[in-house]
Amino acid sequence: MIEIVPRDRPSGLLTAGVPVIAAVASLLLAAIPLAFAGAPIFAAYGQMVTGVFGSLFAFTEMLTRATPLIFTGLAAAVAFRARLWNIGGEGQLYLGAMAAVWVGSGAVDGPAALMIPLVLVAGAVAGGLGMLGPAWLKTRFGADEVVTSLLLNFIILIFVQMMLEGPLKDPMSLGWPQSEPIIDAAALPQLIAKMRLHAGFLLAIAMALVAHVILAMTIWGLQIRAVGENAAAARHAGMPVRRIFLSVAFASGTLAGLAGVSEVAGLKGYLTADLSPGFGYTGIVVAMLAGLSPVGVVFAALFIASVFVGTDSMSRAMGVSSFLADLTVSMSLICVLLGGFFARFRIRRIRREADA
Amino acid sequence: MTKRFGPVTAADHIDLELGRGEVLALLGENGAGKTTLMNMLFGQYTADSGSVHVWDAEGREHVLPPGQPQAAIEARIGMVHQHFTLAENLSVIDNILLGTEPLLRPGRNRRAAREKLEALMAESGLVAPLDARIRELSVGERQRVEILKALYRDVRILVLDEPTAVLTPQEADGLFAAIRGMVGRGLSVIFISHKLREVLAFSDRIAVLRHGRKTGEMVTSEADADAIIRMMIGEAHDAPERTAGTPGETVLRLDTVTIRPGRDSRGLKEVQLDLRRGEIVGIAGVSGNGQSALAGVLSGLLVPDSGAIEVGGERLTALTPRLALSHGVGRIPEDRHHDGIVAAMSVAENLVIERLGSADVQRRGFLRRGAMAENAEALSAAYDVRGPGIHSRAALLSGGNIQKLILARVLETDPAVILANQPTRGLDFRASAEVSRRLIAARDRGAGVILISEDLDEILSLADRILVMHSGALVETESRDRASIGQLMAGHAA
Repeated sequence: MIEIVPRDRPSGLLTAGVPVIAAVASLLLAAIPLAFAGAPIFAAYGQMVTGVFGSLFAFTEMLTRATPLIFTGLAAAVAFRARLWNIGGEGQLYLGAMAAVWVGSGAVDGPAALMIPLVLVAGAVAGGLGMLGPAWLKTRFGADEVVTSLLLNFIILIFVQMMLEGPLKDPMSLGWPQSEPIIDAAALPQLIAKMRLHAGFLLAIAMALVAHVILAMTIWGLQIRAVGENAAAARHAGMPVRRIFLSVAFASGTLAGLAGVSEVAGLKGYLTADLSPGFGYTGIVVAMLAGLSPVGVVFAALFIASVFVGTDSMSRAMGVSSFLADLTVSMSLICVLLGGFFARFRIRRIRREADA
Repeated sequence: MTKRFGPVTAADHIDLELGRGEVLALLGENGAGKTTLMNMLFGQYTADSGSVHVWDAEGREHVLPPGQPQAAIEARIGMVHQHFTLAENLSVIDNILLGTEPLLRPGRNRRAAREKLEALMAESGLVAPLDARIRELSVGERQRVEILKALYRDVRILVLDEPTAVLTPQEADGLFAAIRGMVGRGLSVIFISHKLREVLAFSDRIAVLRHGRKTGEMVTSEADADAIIRMMIGEAHDAPERTAGTPGETVLRLDTVTIRPGRDSRGLKEVQLDLRRGEIVGIAGVSGNGQSALAGVLSGLLVPDSGAIEVGGERLTALTPRLALSHGVGRIPEDRHHDGIVAAMSVAENLVIERLGSADVQRRGFLRRGAMAENAEALSAAYDVRGPGIHSRAALLSGGNIQKLILARVLETDPAVILANQPTRGLDFRASAEVSRRLIAARDRGAGVILISEDLDEILSLADRILVMHSGALVETESRDRASIGQLMAGHAA
């Protein structure tokens, strides 16, 4: 018989090591489905590594893939720090992308120095408003933001599809539901010639640093942490809890909205309804893997992007399904959650004495 | 038994014996190791060395396997924690039955349970409304449910951690009488307390702990209060001498403040209160008679249905926490863990959370970490806040040090009005004497203090005027006699 005992004092090293151990464990566990798929395991792992680090192109592809994940990961991390459960990153990403193509595809014209900030701000505000709704419903009516922000994703996605069949549809697209392209002045510049990596990546890193500075070094950040850790004490101390909630919601939506801008203005150039393969949801995994630390989000996003890109490469080379990437990412989340559990509890074997 | 937490030895080779039908009082300051010892007894901590031996009704010896609460429960050991372990959304009877019923059996024999409970309540005098939900109950009622929960499990050994902290003198006497009755029928009791008067009146034997060691043990009938206190704190105990205040002009007036009952406990009935500079007004009463509503109004957490609050030269219909602070009302909350601190944040941060706007905390929205650290070092030294340091989480402080942190935060701003709600609950002699001394010093400096306490001794030793709260109404009394104040607390007119 086994028994679960809380650790008297969770070890700091263990808590910090959990994400790393979880990441490694999830990669090792991927060997099981690989073996089932009949692939040579070591060669497959080798192909995975080559697929990420084998060339400048591979590496920049991984960074490109990590970019939206950093944004959505930050969106989740910042909200979760205030115990505001923003599950609507996916919808806010699309709102940001939609606002970006709306102002950035010719409606307004100007030099890049004007247009780039404009699409960024438009997308950020749209994303922010997308989370402000659920947060307002929470503070006003007590509606659970997990439900409202999640359901809003589907509403927004259907709205995007409608817009792409209607007002936003590119007349030159030969009937495909896609928006008019972002004009050159509004496009985020490439960082390296002939590579897809764009300035959105630098912006994502910058936002992670900004989020870190805000949380650790500002009054607003202190209030966010206080509301998240003990809302009753924050209220008793005179903090405007409702306003803090709403401001965090807006900031979180802003970050998710920037993911959408960065994807359309930096990578794709136009909006389609399949812009995001679930970046908003994966952002939640990124945030959890990062232990809700903004700087940690960058590393977690790089890890998950590596898994995606590496597995893509492996599946092309070995003929195994690329769903393996989703599997590995899911397992890394489970490993993190389990790891968090083992950091707080230990499992002990006990022998019961025979009752007299 | 020995238990170490990192470098700290919380319990150091402690031997303890409890006889059948005996009441053993366990005395000690905060952090002396009482709770650690009891948690090992109850299997919630695993001892580093030592073991627990229990003799059953037939006199056979059993060694309890360490770290298994289930084994302690099977040995009929019951523990009533100082911090309640009740599910707020369940009814009283469900809370009591929780864990006593098989999980997978369809149907529940509630009638037998109810009959047993009613018999228990009649026998013990500890009455609780069985069908009410816990969240509707006052703190005092919750305490009774905790004790009934243990009694329902037919415990042979009952551990009471600070059982009277929330009871009136009459209720406490009732509780002791009830337990005496059960002790006469073979129940053994370990009774943790800070209240020397109770310990001397109620126990058969006293064991004193200090810094994790047992420093003394004696039969109560031969015990001497001064000797016990010396064993507990290692030095002569000086209770703060009550000095009369010199009241000045009014700093706070509550004018027919009313809160309809039901929204928050009993509500308030046209409460009229004048607080002047330089006086401590003590509010006595049984918990659940409107004290939490009164404290809520003064803290800015509750909006009165009618009436007005005059403070800082303004007449307001309601306070908010922010208005309270800006009008010079300092608040020491009843539940210091829940309302007083953000446990996950640092000591330095907790010291400034009520004045984030001030220039020595922030500049253009950025925290002034250096100034905050200086402020925290100075305040920790001045108020003797002991812990692992100002940058460590407030969660690592003991209860007494958390209260000192809150005192430091409240008093450093020189508030004109101080609301002290149960400021010494759960604190040891030294910490509570320190709190009392600080409140008197604040009064002498010119603050008006409202002291809400269920500890009548505390009110008698600190208050310049005494008001008694019953059923949401506030009555002033000239009397300083325990019995007649007790009458008022029970709702009898003076």
